[in-house]
Amino acid sequence: MRLKTLAAVLGVGAVVACAPVQSGPTNSGTDEQTGQLRVWLFDEVNRAPKEAVVKEAISEFQGKHAGVTVDVQYIQVSSRAERFKAAFSDPKSAPDVAEFGNTDLAGYVSAGGFSELDLGKWDESKDLVPTILDTAKVDGKTYGVPWFVGVRALYYRTDVFTELGLKPPTTLDEIATTAREIRQKKPELIGISAGGKYLFAALPFIWAQGGDLAKSDGGKFTATIDSAEAKAGIAKYTELIKDDICPPATCAGNGGDASVEAFRAGKAAMTIGGDFNRKSVDASSAAGKYGVVPLPGKDKGSVAPAFAGGNLLGVMKGTQRKTLANEFTQLLASKKYQQKMYTAMGNLPTFADVQKQVADSDKFLEPFTKTLQSGTKFVPVTPAWAKIEAQTVVPTMLQEIVTGAKNVDTATADAAKTMNAAFTS
Amino acid sequence: MSVTAKGQGRTAFAYLAPALLILGGLLAYPIYQLVLISLYDYGQEQVSGGAPLEFLGLGNYQKLLGDQQFWTVFGQTVAFAAVCVVGTLLVGAFLAILATRVRTWVRMTLFLAALGAWSTPAVAGSTIWLFLFDANFGFVNEVLGIQGFSWTFDKWTAFGLVAAQVIWCSFPFVMVTLFAGIKAIPGEVLEAAALDGASAFRTAWSVTLPLLKPIILVVTIQSIIWDFKVFTQIYVMTNGGGIAGRNLVLNVYAYQQAFAASEYGLGATIGVVMTVLLLGITMFYLRALKKSGEVL
Repeated sequence: MRLKTLAAVLGVGAVVACAPVQSGPTNSGTDEQTGQLRVWLFDEVNRAPKEAVVKEAISEFQGKHAGVTVDVQYIQVSSRAERFKAAFSDPKSAPDVAEFGNTDLAGYVSAGGFSELDLGKWDESKDLVPTILDTAKVDGKTYGVPWFVGVRALYYRTDVFTELGLKPPTTLDEIATTAREIRQKKPELIGISAGGKYLFAALPFIWAQGGDLAKSDGGKFTATIDSAEAKAGIAKYTELIKDDICPPATCAGNGGDASVEAFRAGKAAMTIGGDFNRKSVDASSAAGKYGVVPLPGKDKGSVAPAFAGGNLLGVMKGTQRKTLANEFTQLLASKKYQQKMYTAMGNLPTFADVQKQVADSDKFLEPFTKTLQSGTKFVPVTPAWAKIEAQTVVPTMLQEIVTGAKNVDTATADAAKTMNAAFTS
Repeated sequence: MSVTAKGQGRTAFAYLAPALLILGGLLAYPIYQLVLISLYDYGQEQVSGGAPLEFLGLGNYQKLLGDQQFWTVFGQTVAFAAVCVVGTLLVGAFLAILATRVRTWVRMTLFLAALGAWSTPAVAGSTIWLFLFDANFGFVNEVLGIQGFSWTFDKWTAFGLVAAQVIWCSFPFVMVTLFAGIKAIPGEVLEAAALDGASAFRTAWSVTLPLLKPIILVVTIQSIIWDFKVFTQIYVMTNGGGIAGRNLVLNVYAYQQAFAASEYGLGATIGVVMTVLLLGITMFYLRALKKSGEVL
């Protein structure tokens, strides 16, 4: 008790003496019309085509604005958290415009990093797909322009399916039965490469059953991962990571990349992969002998809601060139440059009409655009989600179930408890 | 106390002042900041000025100590560190003794190999071990004929593998230090023991070991502190704490729960708790030695 008092006294003393550092208000108020506009974009494995399109946009922009130069820095996706945190803490080192992942949005906004965008005066913005634009909103306010979107669908090996006389699954339940049959007849193959850390593959299973991670009640989030619907979906997904489909010793530790890697290596008959995985699969042993269908939903003919991943372009709050930053964002995110980015990188556009155009010209994209049209979903839009993701709450829950450490009821109840703690903190 | 003694005390203090200043700056200030931050709800929003600071007092400590997982991870860390310390000391001591008994070229080879292990960066070393123990393409599985066996899936094989890696990269320090210690024992002492008819075991137990005690003390404390704070090996080899987080140790847990999640207040709390624990363990160890009659 004495110690506690002492600590409390010391604590109060510390507050009076000094508190941890905080950086000042980041809104600069100035709006310069010339000078250097700094832009952060993500680096890619094969960056050259992206860089070429960006350079084209820059020269168009600099042509229209005399005395303005645009400086682009390509930052690593893996260290983005540190880079952005540093930029928010020290506005002087921050860019004016930045590309960022839509799952990071809520955390960045609450950290005071990005400013609200007014898309009203921008004609093209009315063609943005609403569910995709939603991924750029926090509490109804828009903080970014969706630059491209990524969705996942079911990749399967056509040669294996033909040999065994199988058809791609048409309902969620059929995925497990088909996968099991394949592994039974070809024990050297994984039925479907699913991963214990592959959150974006597990989510459609939850959503297809009518469940969700959490529900929002006027901005206040509560975990619903332990609801009956969510549990049904989780049970369906974890059923895949069993010795008769995808052995836990191989699959439990896998995230998205590792799951697709098993398919690329020819070790799996199916996997859940994104439109963005196409190039790497085409450069693998599975090239030329695979097909893609939308991940089937609960009922025959339906599509399981996919996770609408993707990147946004936003204007930093501390920018001293707000107007220029806004204009450059709208130029780079415009229909014209999204079309160019699709040609260069295969990035799916976020405008409904541009999506249709590219899908008409490339049959490969059909399962993905079909998935997009049948409705996508998203993770909870709250800064707490970044915390929940960093603490690997959901992957840990999936792994606990597939290793048998906990059953579905206990694991989901525990996960819900951790999530609620993060929501209320 | 006489006037001269007082003056001497002052002079001594003046000589010590620069060192004290540096120690104060390098040690006291960060610890002060750490404790300070641990008393606040200090996340990314607070750092970048998006939200006001909130003083929690001991709230972070209550939250941490009330968390079941913290205690599980804590227990794992203690057991893991204990295994690593004992393993490092045994391997290091065995090889140090071996080094005193073999020919020069064998000793040189042994030292070069050990220094190689010692100087390998932790990330590189961990990755190389992962390659060696890879389920499908690893050299070890090929030699043992157990292709497809995953060393990192099961909790205990994963911990065992990481412990082996930690021992591998930390035994050279123990070996080199003990070797120097053994070499520094005066020949006449051993000669006297031999003249008195002491057996080799008796000489080792009653002569060599007591003379080496101060050195063993240093390497043990060093090893405890290092192995308690293992991060890289666990993070790299078990992919951030193993399947379902069952291979977490305190440092990785702190990183995942606090720093990756931008909860710097909670992270600082874990830091304070770890500092206090390590200080406690070291103090306990020193006192135990003092009781056994060791002059410190």
